[in-house]
Amino acid sequence: MATETENGVADAAHGAAEASGAGMPQLEFSTFGNQIFWLVVALVIIFFVLSKIALPRIAGVLAERQGTITNDLAAAEELKQKAVDAEEAYKKALADARAEANKIVADAKAEIQSDLDAAQAKADAEIAAKTAESEKAISEIRAGALESATEVAKDTTKEILAAMGFSADAKTVDAAVSERIKG
Amino acid sequence: MVRKTLVATEAHGEEGGLVFHPLDQFIVKPLFGEAGDAVHWYTITNVTLWMALAVIAIVALFVFGSRGRAIVPTRTQSIGEILYGFTYKMVEDVAGKDAVKFFPYIMTLFMFILFANYLGLLPMSFATTSHIAVTAVLALAVFLTVTIVGFVKNGAKFLGLFWVSSAPLALRPILAIIELISYFVRPVSHSIRLGGNIMAGHAVMKVFAGFAAVAAISPFAVVSITAIYGLEVLVAGVQAYVFTILTCVYLHDALHPSH
Repeated sequence: MATETENGVADAAHGAAEASGAGMPQLEFSTFGNQIFWLVVALVIIFFVLSKIALPRIAGVLAERQGTITNDLAAAEELKQKAVDAEEAYKKALADARAEANKIVADAKAEIQSDLDAAQAKADAEIAAKTAESEKAISEIRAGALESATEVAKDTTKEILAAMGFSADAKTVDAAVSERIKG
Repeated sequence: MVRKTLVATEAHGEEGGLVFHPLDQFIVKPLFGEAGDAVHWYTITNVTLWMALAVIAIVALFVFGSRGRAIVPTRTQSIGEILYGFTYKMVEDVAGKDAVKFFPYIMTLFMFILFANYLGLLPMSFATTSHIAVTAVLALAVFLTVTIVGFVKNGAKFLGLFWVSSAPLALRPILAIIELISYFVRPVSHSIRLGGNIMAGHAVMKVFAGFAAVAAISPFAVVSITAIYGLEVLVAGVQAYVFTILTCVYLHDALHPSH
């Protein structure tokens, strides 16, 4: 059995040797020169294509893309800043307008107040003048009334005296009446 | 013993129509002429074809995709820009700000591996990154670049990378030897990780494709292929990413050798 197997192996090995040289094609040294030559050719071509054309181009594209993205981000940042500025300006304008409006209202109020004050003062003055005038007239009337009453009293006294049959000196009567009225 | 039996079954299967040639997909053969023709270094082979397709796909994506230089990108330009930004950020974060001038080199490596991995996943295609010759050249290029840059930038101070000044003095020589070994193992692991992953994935898919010819297990095989294909789509992207990020890590070591 053992010898038979050995023979089988030998036969198989022999057959393989006939078909492909000897054993593993990897160890077929006569083809090494061919493989190495074409490998070097392939590697040199790949190296030059990559280092002269492909890699710089891809690096360029990647850099350009990075640049574009950076620029776009910067532009977006700028636009955002602009929007913020615009909002600020809008708020400021609004605040200014509000302040202006408040000022106008305050001015108008002050003006009205001053007008009002002036009118009031004028009215007060007029009223005061009228009051003084009236007081004057009243005091005049009052003085007139006192005088009249004195006159009437004197006349009445004279008449009464005359009616009673007394004759009296006019001056004495007047003095007496004046004395009485005062008292 | 189990493996041997399987091989024996395969051998028997060849007689019965079940054919396993999981490694045939990796054979480098001339595109024109007879199958048995010699492969010279200049011969146009399937390697040439699939590397050319990777170059064309990269040019289509990065040059034609971005030809509009649009501020608002088209879909294709957007993909190019995402890959550009992803790689640029990776270089900047992992290798440092001063490594940015190496960005075109790292981008070249990343794009070549990424496109070669994904083109290799097309049915009937040829996975160029499954070959150790290809991944070893890529890894050695990184190793040499990093070493030269390290010495040019830092002079003898670059050797500080191997002298762990934070460790106790007695341990430093031992650590230096370990660091030195790990430094020189870098290109090996760097290349075999990528080549091995891609090769293994493709070989496994081919094995399941062989099983699909047997009626009894063919549904299982087809489902498995689908699942593994999904895994391989992930692996293709992840391995390209791992290769690139390790390049960035090594570059960081070269630019800042102090621990």
